[in-house]
Amino acid sequence: MKTKLLTALLLGTSILATTGMALAEDVTLNIESWRGDDLTIWKDKLIPAFEAKNPGIKVVFAPSAPTEYDAALGAKLAAGSAGDLITCRPFDKSLELFKKGNLADLTSLPGMDNFSPVAKAAWQTDDGKSSFCVPMASVIHGFIYNKDAFDKLGLKVPTTVDEFYAVLDKIKADGTYIPMAMGTKDLWEAATMGYQNIGPNYWKGEEGRQALIKGEQKLTDADWVAPYKELAKWKPYLGDGFEAQTYPDSQNLFTLGRAAIYPAGSWEIGLFNTQAQFKMGAFPPPVQKAGDTCYISDHTDIGMGLNAASKHPEEAKKFLSWVASPDFATIYANALPGFFSLNSTPVKMEDPLAQEFVSWRGKCKSTIRSTYQILSRGTPNLENETWVESANVINGTDTPEAAAKKLQDGLDSWYKPAK
Amino acid sequence: MAAEPRPKRPIRWHIAVFLAPAVLVYTAIMILPLAGTLQLSLFRNIEQSQVFVGLSNFRMLFGDPNWSVNFWNALRNNVWFFIIHMLVQNPIGVLLAALLSSPRLRFAAFYRTAIFVPTILSFVIVGFAWKLILSPIWGVAPHLMDFVGLKSFFTPWLGKEQYALTALSLVSVWQFVGIPMMLIYAALLSIPDEVIEAAECDGVTGMAQFWKIKLPLILPSIGIISILTFVGNFNAFDLIYTAQGALAGPNYSTDILGTFLYRAFFGFQLQVGDPNMGAAIATMMFLIILGGVCVYLFLVQTRLRRYQF
Repeated sequence: MKTKLLTALLLGTSILATTGMALAEDVTLNIESWRGDDLTIWKDKLIPAFEAKNPGIKVVFAPSAPTEYDAALGAKLAAGSAGDLITCRPFDKSLELFKKGNLADLTSLPGMDNFSPVAKAAWQTDDGKSSFCVPMASVIHGFIYNKDAFDKLGLKVPTTVDEFYAVLDKIKADGTYIPMAMGTKDLWEAATMGYQNIGPNYWKGEEGRQALIKGEQKLTDADWVAPYKELAKWKPYLGDGFEAQTYPDSQNLFTLGRAAIYPAGSWEIGLFNTQAQFKMGAFPPPVQKAGDTCYISDHTDIGMGLNAASKHPEEAKKFLSWVASPDFATIYANALPGFFSLNSTPVKMEDPLAQEFVSWRGKCKSTIRSTYQILSRGTPNLENETWVESANVINGTDTPEAAAKKLQDGLDSWYKPAK
Repeated sequence: MAAEPRPKRPIRWHIAVFLAPAVLVYTAIMILPLAGTLQLSLFRNIEQSQVFVGLSNFRMLFGDPNWSVNFWNALRNNVWFFIIHMLVQNPIGVLLAALLSSPRLRFAAFYRTAIFVPTILSFVIVGFAWKLILSPIWGVAPHLMDFVGLKSFFTPWLGKEQYALTALSLVSVWQFVGIPMMLIYAALLSIPDEVIEAAECDGVTGMAQFWKIKLPLILPSIGIISILTFVGNFNAFDLIYTAQGALAGPNYSTDILGTFLYRAFFGFQLQVGDPNMGAAIATMMFLIILGGVCVYLFLVQTRLRRYQF
């Protein structure tokens, strides 16, 4: 309600402010989005930057609540009252809109070649031939650590798995800090911050993910079980009662300085910067042996597409090309540290922690979360099962092998990879 | 003399008129949705259109291990949830009512109110408050137990597969114990003094009086409470959802029919909702509750003796 009122007010003021100078032929583009939090960034930074370069086009950012977004957007599209530009959820939700003909094909949009195939994968048909949304941002997984704690204990940032456990052992032996802030109560921490965080190093990122989709690899293969074996070893380093520790508990344990290492997603940066009173650093998931290629989960999270029923497709495409440009990427990535532009052109960012995260793109290979594309379409749902099993492995309820077998059996029951 | 034709009985419109509002409202908000659910469970969405598939959704629910394992697990958990309520909530409710109705108890009104208050709290508050109380990190439970030297008995109950469901059942008992207490209390108050006095004249006092005189008289109320508990428990959802989330962790150990239905119907995270399977589960819940209520109505209630005063 509050956001709606705010939106209405802002809409009102923007109309009042522009009526004076707007020319009759001005075109207004509306953006549908669930990111109400970003309203000020769009209004104060992004839209003025675009409008300055493109006179005659006005852009209005009109978000709805995240939980209502999909339903509201569906209803508006059906009624023909949806905005010209549509913020895209990754994978199946947007793919469904494209299949229904609600999203226009953007394969040939100028600027689309600024993105790597991995970045575009979230908004492509399964065969990869048509793209329908411009990738906007991704989140990167890694570990955030308490720099003060590391300095105090004389610890070096670990790069290999052995060093990683050596560091954890030292923190545990010292006893001042909980070695790692993670709980299994909410399940998804174990899966997202655990399994999907360290996993790519074992299944070799895209190579393993694609092979899984093609059916050439199975979740019971050594490369896919290995991350579970690592997770099982994490148990002694988690805080007391981690079985009932929730996600906000973990965040608080770390920002209050009670834990030394936090298995993270880069979206935490904004919050941690405002809450933590100590210096922070970050390191990518450690590799098995020094010199191994490292892989990171650089998960595509948000994109923007064109409403196929838009009355101003040319102007909207102009805007989308701008969204695909490095200009947009720079403003966006700096305004929202932790949400990284997917643009191939490196973006200069001010936030040191965000810089650290994004620097891994240069030395590591990027992939996305293994369960998101195609593999979570059936019942049982692979993503949900991964949550449950990852927590089971850390809790010791299931062995890594048993967990992997359950996941593969569930997947086999409905997924038949194209041969 | 021709018999005068009997005056035709006028149609008694007023009956229909007075019944109409209740019938209409009940039909619109209860019967139609129920029929809609039953209908939905017989269809399946194939290529964007609803196709009649007969009982195939139910065959899938019971025949496909991906569904049936979860269904039986949820049903088992739900039965355990119910058993805890019957064994803990209702006896405690009767006990509290018996204590409250004791004429020598002081501050009875205060206790009555205090015990009843949790019942009117929102599930969200109860779920969240207990999550915090039992939290191993910030919770008061570990500190309080430390105080009395029982720290070693503390475990993160909500996170342990073997305890989570029992812990949540007890939280629910804590919340709802006021309802059986109030109903029994009212029943106890309605026992006429003559009956009690007669019992006293015959030398039946104290505990014997409770077991032999009062308990038989409040049995119908206990029956009603049991059936309310049964219906409430098999419809439960909110507490599990607020405390453990829709996946009812750890490892589905707190999954009850309500949460299972929610995941199937609305979907969760990447899982897309399947209204037809959800409706099939809802139909099963309806049948289970209907069966339970019928058993009570035809087998139990007819045998309960009622006393008229």
